[in-house]
Amino acid sequence: MITRFTLALCCLLASASSVAGSKIVATGGASSIEGSAGGGIVPWAVINGYGSSDEWSATAFTSRVGVDDFTLNVFGASVSYDNKWEWSVARQTFKLDSIGGELRQDVFGVKYHIAGELLYTAWPQISVGLQYKKHRDFGLPQAVGARDDSGVDVYFSASKVLFDQVAGRNLLLNGTVRATKANQTGLLGFGSASDNNYQFVFEGSAAVLLNYNVALGIEFKQKPDQLNFATEQHWRDLFVAWFINKHVSVVGGYVDLGSIAGFDQQQGYYISVEGAW
Amino acid sequence: MRTITPLVFALLLTACSQHPQPSLYQQLGGEPGIAAITDGLLQKIEQDQRIVHHFADTDIARFRRLLAEQLCNISGGPCEYTGGTMQESHTGFNITLAHYDALVENLIDVMQQQQISISAQNQLLALLAPMYKDITYR
Ligand code: HEM
Repeated sequence: MITRFTLALCCLLASASSVAGSKIVATGGASSIEGSAGGGIVPWAVINGYGSSDEWSATAFTSRVGVDDFTLNVFGASVSYDNKWEWSVARQTFKLDSIGGELRQDVFGVKYHIAGELLYTAWPQISVGLQYKKHRDFGLPQAVGARDDSGVDVYFSASKVLFDQVAGRNLLLNGTVRATKANQTGLLGFGSASDNNYQFVFEGSAAVLLNYNVALGIEFKQKPDQLNFATEQHWRDLFVAWFINKHVSVVGGYVDLGSIAGFDQQQGYYISVEGAW
Repeated sequence: MRTITPLVFALLLTACSQHPQPSLYQQLGGEPGIAAITDGLLQKIEQDQRIVHHFADTDIARFRRLLAEQLCNISGGPCEYTGGTMQESHTGFNITLAHYDALVENLIDVMQQQQISISAQNQLLALLAPMYKDITYR
Protein backbone atom coordinates (compact mmCIF):
# COMPACT_ATOMS: atom_id res chain seq x y z
CA MET A 1 0.00 0.00 0.00
CA ILE A 2 2.63 2.50 1.11
CA THR A 3 4.89 1.82 -1.89
CA ARG A 4 2.03 2.11 -4.34
CA PHE A 5 1.11 5.38 -2.69
CA THR A 6 4.65 6.70 -2.91
CA LEU A 7 4.73 5.75 -6.57
CA ALA A 8 1.51 7.65 -7.19
CA LEU A 9 2.97 10.67 -5.42
CA CYS A 10 6.13 10.56 -7.54
CA CYS A 11 3.96 10.62 -10.66
CA LEU A 12 2.19 13.62 -9.21
CA LEU A 13 5.42 15.43 -8.51
CA ALA A 14 6.52 14.79 -12.07
CA SER A 15 3.28 16.27 -13.40
CA ALA A 16 3.16 19.20 -11.02
CA SER A 17 1.99 21.49 -13.80
CA SER A 18 -1.28 19.60 -14.27
CA VAL A 19 -4.49 21.32 -13.22
CA ALA A 20 -5.01 22.24 -9.61
CA GLY A 21 -7.72 24.37 -8.07
CA SER A 22 -7.47 28.13 -7.67
CA LYS A 23 -6.98 28.37 -3.91
CA ILE A 24 -3.66 29.80 -2.71
CA VAL A 25 -1.03 27.19 -1.87
CA ALA A 26 -1.23 25.88 1.74
CA THR A 27 -4.79 27.18 2.27
CA GLY A 28 -6.23 23.67 1.94
CA GLY A 29 -4.32 22.66 5.06
CA ALA A 30 -3.03 19.14 5.51
CA SER A 31 -5.00 15.93 6.20
CA SER A 32 -5.51 15.22 9.89
CA ILE A 33 -5.41 11.63 11.17
CA GLU A 34 -9.22 11.54 10.96
CA GLY A 35 -9.13 12.46 7.27
CA SER A 36 -10.59 15.95 7.66
CA ALA A 37 -8.54 18.92 6.48
CA GLY A 38 -6.54 20.29 9.37
CA GLY A 39 -3.19 19.99 10.97
CA GLY A 40 -2.07 16.60 12.24
CA ILE A 41 -4.49 15.85 15.07
CA VAL A 42 -6.86 18.84 14.95
CA PRO A 43 -9.44 19.58 12.23
CA TRP A 44 -9.49 23.11 10.81
CA ALA A 45 -12.30 25.07 9.20
CA VAL A 46 -10.50 24.91 5.84
CA ILE A 47 -11.73 22.60 3.09
CA ASN A 48 -9.29 19.95 1.85
CA GLY A 49 -7.46 20.50 -1.43
CA TYR A 50 -7.36 23.51 -3.72
CA GLY A 51 -10.88 23.70 -5.15
CA SER A 52 -12.10 27.30 -4.91
CA SER A 53 -15.68 28.38 -5.70
CA ASP A 54 -17.38 26.05 -8.23
CA GLU A 55 -14.29 23.83 -8.39
CA TRP A 56 -13.79 20.18 -7.40
CA SER A 57 -10.76 18.80 -5.65
CA ALA A 58 -9.55 15.44 -4.35
CA THR A 59 -6.82 14.43 -1.93
CA ALA A 60 -5.22 11.20 -0.75
CA PHE A 61 -2.91 10.87 2.20
CA THR A 62 -1.03 8.54 4.46
CA SER A 63 0.18 9.31 7.98
CA ARG A 64 2.06 7.58 10.73
CA VAL A 65 2.35 8.37 14.42
CA GLY A 66 5.04 6.43 16.27
CA VAL A 67 5.19 6.69 20.06
CA ASP A 68 6.92 4.54 22.69
CA ASP A 69 4.45 1.64 22.85
CA PHE A 70 2.11 2.22 19.90
CA THR A 71 2.10 3.00 16.19
CA LEU A 72 -0.82 4.53 14.34
CA ASN A 73 -0.98 4.09 10.57
CA VAL A 74 -3.60 5.98 8.61
CA PHE A 75 -4.53 6.26 4.98
CA GLY A 76 -7.45 8.05 3.50
CA ALA A 77 -8.89 10.33 0.86
CA SER A 78 -11.26 13.21 0.42
CA VAL A 79 -13.30 14.93 -2.24
CA SER A 80 -14.39 18.53 -1.97
CA TYR A 81 -16.52 20.94 -3.96
CA ASP A 82 -17.00 24.70 -4.12
CA ASN A 83 -14.63 25.28 -1.18
CA LYS A 84 -17.77 24.50 0.82
CA TRP A 85 -18.21 20.72 1.06
CA GLU A 86 -15.65 18.14 2.07
CA TRP A 87 -16.28 14.38 2.21
CA SER A 88 -13.53 12.20 3.65
CA VAL A 89 -12.69 8.63 4.62
CA ALA A 90 -9.81 7.35 6.70
CA ARG A 91 -8.73 3.90 7.87
CA GLN A 92 -6.73 3.93 11.09
CA THR A 93 -4.67 0.94 12.23
CA PHE A 94 -3.43 1.28 15.76
CA LYS A 95 -0.64 -1.20 16.46
CA LEU A 96 -0.17 -2.23 20.07
CA ASP A 97 3.58 -2.68 19.78
CA SER A 98 4.20 -3.66 23.42
CA ILE A 99 1.01 -5.63 24.11
CA GLY A 100 0.67 -7.19 20.67
CA GLY A 101 -2.24 -6.97 18.28
CA GLU A 102 -3.90 -4.08 16.49
CA LEU A 103 -7.11 -2.05 16.52
CA ARG A 104 -8.67 -0.71 13.34
CA GLN A 105 -11.13 2.13 13.00
CA ASP A 106 -12.79 3.77 9.98
CA VAL A 107 -13.75 7.43 9.97
CA PHE A 108 -16.26 8.88 7.50
CA GLY A 109 -16.34 12.67 7.60
CA VAL A 110 -18.32 15.50 6.10
CA LYS A 111 -17.53 19.16 6.60
CA TYR A 112 -19.50 22.22 5.51
CA HIS A 113 -17.98 25.70 5.30
CA ILE A 114 -20.66 27.97 6.74
CA ALA A 115 -19.22 31.48 6.64
CA GLY A 116 -16.14 33.67 6.36
CA GLU A 117 -13.08 33.29 4.13
CA LEU A 118 -9.77 32.19 5.63
CA LEU A 119 -7.83 34.99 3.90
CA TYR A 120 -10.32 37.65 2.91
CA THR A 121 -12.86 38.39 5.62
CA ALA A 122 -12.44 39.99 9.03
CA TRP A 123 -14.41 37.08 10.47
CA PRO A 124 -12.67 33.73 10.51
CA GLN A 125 -13.72 30.95 8.20
CA ILE A 126 -16.25 28.85 10.10
CA SER A 127 -17.16 25.24 9.36
CA VAL A 128 -19.20 22.50 10.94
CA GLY A 129 -18.24 18.85 10.62
CA LEU A 130 -19.49 15.36 11.39
CA GLN A 131 -17.31 12.29 11.77
CA TYR A 132 -18.92 8.87 11.87
CA LYS A 133 -16.40 6.49 13.43
CA LYS A 134 -16.73 2.73 13.26
CA HIS A 135 -14.45 0.41 15.19
CA ARG A 136 -13.42 -2.79 13.38
CA ASP A 137 -11.86 -4.72 16.30
CA PHE A 138 -14.17 -3.98 19.19
CA GLY A 139 -13.26 -6.94 21.42
CA LEU A 140 -10.51 -5.19 23.33
CA PRO A 141 -12.25 -1.80 23.74
CA GLN A 142 -15.32 -3.67 24.99
CA ALA A 143 -13.21 -5.67 27.45
CA VAL A 144 -11.83 -2.45 28.96
CA GLY A 145 -15.28 -0.92 29.40
CA ALA A 146 -16.30 0.83 26.17
CA ARG A 147 -20.03 0.84 25.50
CA ASP A 148 -20.30 1.17 21.69
CA ASP A 149 -18.26 0.24 18.64
CA SER A 150 -19.32 3.37 16.76
CA GLY A 151 -19.97 7.02 17.43
CA VAL A 152 -20.55 10.37 15.78
CA ASP A 153 -18.40 13.40 16.59
CA VAL A 154 -19.77 16.87 15.81
CA TYR A 155 -17.43 19.86 15.67
CA PHE A 156 -17.36 23.56 14.91
CA SER A 157 -14.09 25.05 13.69
CA ALA A 158 -12.93 28.60 13.11
CA SER A 159 -9.74 29.34 11.15
CA LYS A 160 -8.13 32.63 10.21
CA VAL A 161 -4.93 33.77 8.54
CA LEU A 162 -3.70 37.06 10.00
CA PHE A 163 -1.26 38.83 7.71
CA ASP A 164 2.08 40.31 8.72
CA GLN A 165 2.03 39.26 12.41
CA VAL A 166 5.31 37.65 13.48
CA ALA A 167 8.43 39.22 11.96
CA GLY A 168 6.32 40.10 8.92
CA ARG A 169 5.05 36.52 8.61
CA ASN A 170 1.42 35.42 8.46
CA LEU A 171 -0.17 33.62 11.37
CA LEU A 172 -2.79 30.88 11.08
CA LEU A 173 -5.08 30.41 14.08
CA ASN A 174 -7.60 27.61 14.57
CA GLY A 175 -10.08 26.76 17.25
CA THR A 176 -12.36 23.72 17.27
CA VAL A 177 -15.07 22.69 19.70
CA ARG A 178 -16.06 19.05 19.46
CA ALA A 179 -18.84 16.99 20.99
CA THR A 180 -17.68 13.39 21.28
CA LYS A 181 -18.20 10.12 23.08
CA ALA A 182 -14.95 8.66 21.79
CA ASN A 183 -12.30 7.14 24.04
CA GLN A 184 -8.83 7.87 22.65
CA THR A 185 -10.55 9.37 19.56
CA GLY A 186 -12.50 6.11 19.13
CA LEU A 187 -9.55 3.72 19.09
CA LEU A 188 -10.85 2.50 22.47
CA GLY A 189 -14.50 2.65 21.46
CA PHE A 190 -17.25 5.03 22.50
CA GLY A 191 -18.84 5.83 25.84
CA SER A 192 -18.43 3.77 28.98
CA ALA A 193 -20.63 1.53 31.09
CA SER A 194 -21.41 4.40 33.47
CA ASP A 195 -21.54 7.35 31.06
CA ASN A 196 -23.00 7.61 27.57
CA ASN A 197 -23.13 11.42 27.39
CA TYR A 198 -21.42 13.64 24.87
CA GLN A 199 -18.32 15.39 26.19
CA PHE A 200 -17.34 18.84 24.92
CA VAL A 201 -13.65 19.30 24.17
CA PHE A 202 -11.53 22.13 22.77
CA GLU A 203 -8.85 21.71 20.13
CA GLY A 204 -6.58 24.47 18.95
CA SER A 205 -3.60 25.14 16.77
CA ALA A 206 -1.43 28.01 15.68
CA ALA A 207 1.10 28.14 12.88
CA VAL A 208 3.49 30.73 11.51
CA LEU A 209 3.83 30.70 7.72
CA LEU A 210 7.54 31.26 7.16
CA ASN A 211 6.75 31.73 3.48
CA TYR A 212 3.99 30.55 1.13
CA ASN A 213 5.12 26.93 1.37
CA VAL A 214 6.39 26.29 4.89
CA ALA A 215 4.51 26.50 8.18
CA LEU A 216 5.72 25.91 11.73
CA GLY A 217 3.00 25.12 14.22
CA ILE A 218 1.69 23.72 17.46
CA GLU A 219 -1.49 21.82 18.24
CA PHE A 220 -3.42 20.96 21.34
CA LYS A 221 -6.27 18.47 21.57
CA GLN A 222 -8.30 18.20 24.73
CA LYS A 223 -9.66 14.69 25.36
CA PRO A 224 -12.30 13.21 27.62
CA ASP A 225 -11.32 10.65 30.23
CA GLN A 226 -14.23 8.24 30.48
CA LEU A 227 -12.83 4.74 30.87
CA ASN A 228 -11.99 3.55 34.38
CA PHE A 229 -9.28 1.07 33.44
CA ALA A 230 -6.72 3.74 32.53
CA THR A 231 -6.46 7.52 32.33
CA GLU A 232 -6.63 9.35 29.04
CA GLN A 233 -4.74 12.62 28.58
CA HIS A 234 -4.71 15.59 26.22
CA TRP A 235 -2.62 15.40 23.06
CA ARG A 236 -0.17 17.99 21.76
CA ASP A 237 2.32 18.33 18.96
CA LEU A 238 4.81 20.58 17.21
CA PHE A 239 4.92 20.36 13.42
CA VAL A 240 6.60 21.59 10.27
CA ALA A 241 4.47 21.51 7.13
CA TRP A 242 5.99 21.82 3.69
CA PHE A 243 3.50 22.52 0.90
CA ILE A 244 5.86 21.68 -1.95
CA ASN A 245 3.26 22.77 -4.50
CA LYS A 246 -0.50 22.43 -4.91
CA HIS A 247 -0.10 18.68 -5.46
CA VAL A 248 2.18 17.45 -2.71
CA SER A 249 2.66 18.36 0.92
CA VAL A 250 4.61 16.74 3.72
CA VAL A 251 4.17 17.26 7.45
CA GLY A 252 6.58 16.11 10.14
CA GLY A 253 6.23 16.61 13.84
CA TYR A 254 6.87 15.68 17.42
CA VAL A 255 3.84 14.39 19.36
CA ASP A 256 3.03 13.91 23.01
CA LEU A 257 -0.02 11.67 23.45
CA GLY A 258 0.24 11.41 27.23
CA SER A 259 -0.95 8.20 28.80
CA ILE A 260 -2.62 5.54 26.62
CA ALA A 261 -4.13 2.35 28.06
CA GLY A 262 -1.88 2.51 31.10
CA PHE A 263 1.31 3.26 29.17
CA ASP A 264 2.50 6.68 30.32
CA GLN A 265 4.38 9.40 28.46
CA GLN A 266 3.72 8.28 24.93
CA GLN A 267 5.90 10.56 22.84
CA GLY A 268 7.31 10.27 19.38
CA TYR A 269 7.09 11.37 15.77
CA TYR A 270 4.39 12.28 13.29
CA ILE A 271 4.80 12.09 9.54
CA SER A 272 2.21 12.63 6.84
CA VAL A 273 2.22 12.92 3.06
CA GLU A 274 -0.71 14.25 1.04
CA GLY A 275 -1.37 14.35 -2.68
CA ALA A 276 -3.96 16.76 -4.08
CA TRP A 277 -5.60 17.07 -7.47
CA MET B 1 22.08 50.75 39.47
CA ARG B 2 19.50 47.99 39.67
CA THR B 3 16.66 50.38 38.96
CA ILE B 4 18.55 52.13 36.20
CA THR B 5 19.26 49.04 34.10
CA PRO B 6 15.64 48.33 33.16
CA LEU B 7 15.20 52.02 32.45
CA VAL B 8 18.11 51.99 30.03
CA PHE B 9 16.64 48.89 28.38
CA ALA B 10 13.28 50.56 28.05
CA LEU B 11 14.90 53.62 26.49
CA LEU B 12 16.91 51.48 24.07
CA LEU B 13 13.79 49.59 23.06
CA THR B 14 11.78 52.73 22.36
CA ALA B 15 14.75 54.17 20.47
CA CYS B 16 14.83 51.05 18.30
CA SER B 17 11.12 51.02 17.64
CA GLN B 18 11.24 54.67 16.65
CA HIS B 19 13.83 53.95 13.96
CA PRO B 20 12.15 55.23 10.79
CA GLN B 21 10.71 52.14 9.06
CA PRO B 22 10.77 52.37 5.26
CA SER B 23 7.17 52.76 4.11
CA LEU B 24 5.53 49.87 2.30
CA TYR B 25 5.70 52.03 -0.84
CA GLN B 26 9.51 52.10 -0.50
CA GLN B 27 9.67 48.38 0.28
CA LEU B 28 7.75 47.68 -2.93
CA GLY B 29 10.39 49.62 -4.86
CA GLY B 30 8.71 53.02 -5.12
CA GLU B 31 7.29 54.16 -8.44
CA PRO B 32 9.32 51.82 -10.69
CA GLY B 33 8.64 48.90 -8.35
CA ILE B 34 4.89 49.44 -8.48
CA ALA B 35 4.98 50.00 -12.26
CA ALA B 36 6.74 46.62 -12.56
CA ILE B 37 4.18 44.90 -10.30
CA THR B 38 1.30 46.39 -12.29
CA ASP B 39 2.78 45.39 -15.65
CA GLY B 40 3.67 41.93 -14.36
CA LEU B 41 0.14 41.46 -13.09
CA LEU B 42 -1.39 42.60 -16.39
CA GLN B 43 0.74 40.06 -18.25
CA LYS B 44 -0.36 37.32 -15.88
CA ILE B 45 -4.04 38.25 -16.25
CA GLU B 46 -3.69 38.20 -20.04
CA GLN B 47 -2.52 34.57 -19.86
CA ASP B 48 -4.97 33.43 -17.22
CA GLN B 49 -8.01 31.73 -18.80
CA ARG B 50 -9.79 31.76 -15.43
CA ILE B 51 -10.16 35.55 -15.35
CA VAL B 52 -9.07 37.17 -18.62
CA HIS B 53 -12.65 37.20 -19.97
CA HIS B 54 -13.63 39.82 -17.37
CA PHE B 55 -11.31 42.30 -19.05
CA ALA B 56 -12.65 41.84 -22.59
CA ASP B 57 -14.12 45.35 -22.74
CA THR B 58 -11.70 47.08 -20.39
CA ASP B 59 -9.64 50.12 -21.39
CA ILE B 60 -6.34 48.52 -20.38
CA ALA B 61 -4.29 51.74 -20.37
CA ARG B 62 -6.73 53.33 -17.96
CA PHE B 63 -6.92 50.18 -15.79
CA ARG B 64 -3.12 50.04 -15.64
CA ARG B 65 -2.86 53.69 -14.59
CA LEU B 66 -5.57 53.38 -11.93
CA LEU B 67 -4.23 50.13 -10.48
CA ALA B 68 -0.74 51.68 -10.16
CA GLU B 69 -2.25 54.79 -8.56
CA GLN B 70 -4.16 52.68 -6.11
CA LEU B 71 -1.22 50.45 -5.13
CA CYS B 72 0.89 53.60 -4.67
CA ASN B 73 -1.81 55.28 -2.61
CA ILE B 74 -2.62 52.42 -0.23
CA SER B 75 1.06 51.61 0.35
CA GLY B 76 1.72 55.17 1.56
CA GLY B 77 3.19 56.58 -1.64
CA PRO B 78 2.73 60.14 -2.95
CA CYS B 79 -0.22 59.40 -5.24
CA GLU B 80 -3.88 60.20 -5.34
CA TYR B 81 -6.24 57.48 -6.53
CA THR B 82 -8.57 58.96 -9.15
CA GLY B 83 -10.63 55.89 -10.09
CA GLY B 84 -13.99 54.62 -8.92
CA THR B 85 -14.65 52.81 -5.66
CA MET B 86 -13.90 49.10 -5.65
CA GLN B 87 -17.59 48.35 -5.33
CA GLU B 88 -18.60 50.53 -8.31
CA SER B 89 -15.76 49.35 -10.53
CA HIS B 90 -16.45 45.65 -10.06
CA THR B 91 -20.25 45.62 -10.15
CA GLY B 92 -21.79 43.64 -12.99
CA PHE B 93 -18.80 41.28 -13.37
CA ASN B 94 -19.92 38.67 -10.82
CA ILE B 95 -16.34 38.12 -9.70
CA THR B 96 -16.19 34.89 -7.66
CA LEU B 97 -13.95 33.61 -4.89
CA ALA B 98 -12.08 31.54 -7.49
CA HIS B 99 -11.47 34.68 -9.59
CA TYR B 100 -10.25 36.56 -6.54
CA ASP B 101 -7.95 33.68 -5.58
CA ALA B 102 -6.65 33.62 -9.16
CA LEU B 103 -5.81 37.33 -9.10
CA VAL B 104 -4.13 37.09 -5.69
CA GLU B 105 -2.13 34.08 -6.87
CA ASN B 106 -0.96 36.03 -9.93
CA LEU B 107 -0.01 38.99 -7.75
CA ILE B 108 1.98 36.73 -5.42
CA ASP B 109 3.81 35.17 -8.39
CA VAL B 110 4.74 38.62 -9.66
CA MET B 111 5.95 39.84 -6.26
CA GLN B 112 8.01 36.65 -5.86
CA GLN B 113 9.57 37.20 -9.29
CA GLN B 114 10.44 40.77 -8.30
CA GLN B 115 12.02 39.47 -5.09
CA ILE B 116 9.91 41.63 -2.83
CA SER B 117 10.42 40.65 0.79
CA ILE B 118 7.87 38.29 2.36
CA SER B 119 7.09 40.95 4.93
CA ALA B 120 6.29 43.60 2.30
CA GLN B 121 4.21 41.07 0.33
CA ASN B 122 2.20 40.27 3.44
CA GLN B 123 1.71 43.95 4.26
CA LEU B 124 0.29 44.52 0.77
CA LEU B 125 -1.91 41.41 0.98
CA ALA B 126 -3.21 42.65 4.33
CA LEU B 127 -4.38 45.84 2.57
CA LEU B 128 -5.91 44.05 -0.43
CA ALA B 129 -7.62 41.11 1.30
CA PRO B 130 -10.40 43.19 2.93
CA MET B 131 -11.45 44.52 -0.51
CA TYR B 132 -12.89 41.05 -1.15
CA LYS B 133 -16.33 41.99 0.18
CA ASP B 134 -16.56 45.06 -2.13
CA ILE B 135 -15.27 43.29 -5.25
CA THR B 136 -16.84 39.81 -5.31
CA TYR B 137 -20.36 38.61 -6.18
CA ARG B 138 -21.60 41.96 -7.54
C1 HEM C 1 -7.09 42.57 -5.18
C2 HEM C 1 -8.13 43.27 -5.37
C3 HEM C 1 -8.39 44.20 -6.55
C4 HEM C 1 -8.00 45.49 -6.68
C5 HEM C 1 -7.18 46.31 -5.73
C6 HEM C 1 -8.56 45.96 -7.95
C7 HEM C 1 -8.39 47.25 -8.46
C8 HEM C 1 -9.02 47.75 -9.57
C9 HEM C 1 -8.95 49.10 -10.01
C10 HEM C 1 -8.16 50.22 -9.35
C11 HEM C 1 -9.73 49.21 -11.11
C12 HEM C 1 -10.01 50.48 -11.93
C13 HEM C 1 -11.21 51.17 -11.36
C14 HEM C 1 -11.83 52.13 -12.32
O1 HEM C 1 -11.97 51.77 -13.50
O2 HEM C 1 -12.21 53.23 -11.90
C15 HEM C 1 -10.26 47.91 -11.37
C16 HEM C 1 -11.07 47.58 -12.44
C17 HEM C 1 -11.36 46.29 -12.81
N1 HEM C 1 -11.14 45.15 -12.08
FE1 HEM C 1 -10.25 45.07 -10.30
N2 HEM C 1 -9.25 44.94 -8.54
C18 HEM C 1 -9.15 43.85 -7.73
C19 HEM C 1 -9.69 42.60 -7.97
C20 HEM C 1 -10.23 42.22 -9.17
C21 HEM C 1 -10.58 40.87 -9.53
C22 HEM C 1 -10.40 39.64 -8.63
C23 HEM C 1 -11.07 40.92 -10.80
C24 HEM C 1 -11.55 39.78 -11.65
C25 HEM C 1 -10.89 38.71 -11.82
C26 HEM C 1 -11.07 42.30 -11.22
C27 HEM C 1 -11.52 42.75 -12.42
C28 HEM C 1 -11.56 44.08 -12.79
C29 HEM C 1 -12.10 44.53 -14.06
C30 HEM C 1 -12.67 43.66 -15.17
C31 HEM C 1 -11.96 45.92 -14.06
C32 HEM C 1 -12.30 46.88 -15.20
C33 HEM C 1 -13.69 47.34 -15.11
C34 HEM C 1 -14.04 48.14 -16.32
O3 HEM C 1 -13.59 47.78 -17.41
O4 HEM C 1 -14.78 49.10 -16.16
N3 HEM C 1 -10.55 43.05 -10.20
N4 HEM C 1 -9.82 47.02 -10.41
